[in-house]
Amino acid sequence: MEQTVFYVFAAIALGSSLAMVLQRNPVAAAMNLVLTMFSLAALFVLLHAHFLAVIQLLVYAGAVMVLFLFVIMFLNLTEEQLLPGRKSILHGAGIALAVYALLQIRELVHRMPAARPRALATDFGTTKAIGKLLFSDYLLPFELTSVLILAAIVGAVVLAKRRLD
Amino acid sequence: MVPIEQYLMLSAVLFLIGVAGVLTRRNAIIVLMCVELMLNAVNLSFLAFARALGDMGGHVFVFVVIAVAAAEAAVGLAILLAVFRNRETLNIDELNLMRW
Repeated sequence: MEQTVFYVFAAIALGSSLAMVLQRNPVAAAMNLVLTMFSLAALFVLLHAHFLAVIQLLVYAGAVMVLFLFVIMFLNLTEEQLLPGRKSILHGAGIALAVYALLQIRELVHRMPAARPRALATDFGTTKAIGKLLFSDYLLPFELTSVLILAAIVGAVVLAKRRLD
Repeated sequence: MVPIEQYLMLSAVLFLIGVAGVLTRRNAIIVLMCVELMLNAVNLSFLAFARALGDMGGHVFVFVVIAVAAAEAAVGLAILLAVFRNRETLNIDELNLMRW
């Protein structure tokens, strides 16, 4: 059962991410990316990361993708030009490199020591458990994240202002 | 339980699709979307390892990565808006002022 769900959502994620890369229309590419985010959130649930699956939907599929779509529509982009033919050598090289990298990663993954299936704590992946970790062991990264987001807010407002006088 | 190897391979393939998109696409917004896809692929392997090792540290990493990705998208899109206002294009082949 779990294996079947994994295969279904993995197939959706692969298909929609490929469609995103191959899609000419930016809006269609963005919608395909939303679908990829949704199927990844389903995989997060399979991995007992319930809190992060919800965050993935709220932040990525919600906020970030709305931002992308807003900018695409704001700029009213036309479909981009076809790639010039002279780059086909580069394309072939890229595909060969990707296949080689994939084979290497597969080799690496198979050489990994087999992880014994461990019993998970009953609160594994819940909001409470993550909250406890964030405010104890990982307090500094958490606070630094808030500083980063403040810098991003200020930076985005300054950059998007009409004129820098 | 699904073996961790399958999650890692899926994550690697998604990451490589993102890399291919960054290297081949000419539209700067789609390049940014491919970067988001790569970040998500890495999140998947973090969570797979967290599940296999029974350690929730990976969840905190993913939490921080999502926050950084959101900040990156906001600043990146603001930069693209400024670029479009000045150059009237988002084709990264035409934005070659700093090309050697």
